[in-house]
Amino acid sequence: MARAATTTDAFNAVAEPRRREILDLLAGNELSVNEIVEALGLAQPQVSKHLRVLREVGVVDVRADGRRRLYRTNGQALKPIHDWVKGYEQFWSDRFGALDAVLEELKEQEDANEGNE
Amino acid sequence: MKATSSGSAIVTLPADNQILVTREFDAPADLVFKALTTPELVKQWWGANRGAVTLCEIDLRVGGRWRYVMDAANGMEVGFHGEYREIVPNERLVHTEAFEGAPDPDANASVVTTELAEHDGRTTMTVLMEFPSREIRDAVIATGMESGMQESYDALEEVAASLR
Repeated sequence: MARAATTTDAFNAVAEPRRREILDLLAGNELSVNEIVEALGLAQPQVSKHLRVLREVGVVDVRADGRRRLYRTNGQALKPIHDWVKGYEQFWSDRFGALDAVLEELKEQEDANEGNE
Repeated sequence: MKATSSGSAIVTLPADNQILVTREFDAPADLVFKALTTPELVKQWWGANRGAVTLCEIDLRVGGRWRYVMDAANGMEVGFHGEYREIVPNERLVHTEAFEGAPDPDANASVVTTELAEHDGRTTMTVLMEFPSREIRDAVIATGMESGMQESYDALEEVAASLR
């Protein structure tokens, strides 16, 4: 059950649109606060605040590189979210795949009706 | 399969009480709207590979009610119901959605806004689910995590084959 609590925390952290932008930016990149500020055009205190939340739930790690602090995503912490989103996407894809079939039939019916007119 | 497939659904979490699903369909918006709001058609896709839709009632007017019941693969009946709030044919549909298996379904109901945008005969559908609170959305997510990955591809193939 501990897993669910962590997952929920991470979900909440990730749900905020700005934080998602930061995570997107950090995917595969190690960046400093200033580089994130520049890329997103946000105020530095705002970025720092978001990074703090992301670090608290463990989805972002930080390391010192000389005087700079570099941030990167923690794939392991993001995995439960990724897995859920994939599972949920699969459910909707299954449902919409069935809807595709219905739409194909409707299109065929329309074509047939037009042919009769 | 190839000709009808329009790619996978994309799921995002725009705010902490929301879930957004986006998908493109190879059909004009009026047909998509028809498939979303006609009981005999909803029965054919809404259950997907999860089970047969045994009941589908749609009273398509503002304030009108809807109710779907699915016979899930595990023998359980799963019911959803709600009320239509906004109807713009071929463009926009807003309804509430209560899961009858949840405690106090109506108090925990979500508001679902479905929008259709047609371009070159294709239609992008967005489904925005807004929950009364972050906790309720997370509960929905948690439920999905338990059951979401247990999908049987055999069942999927069966449904796909029967729809051909």
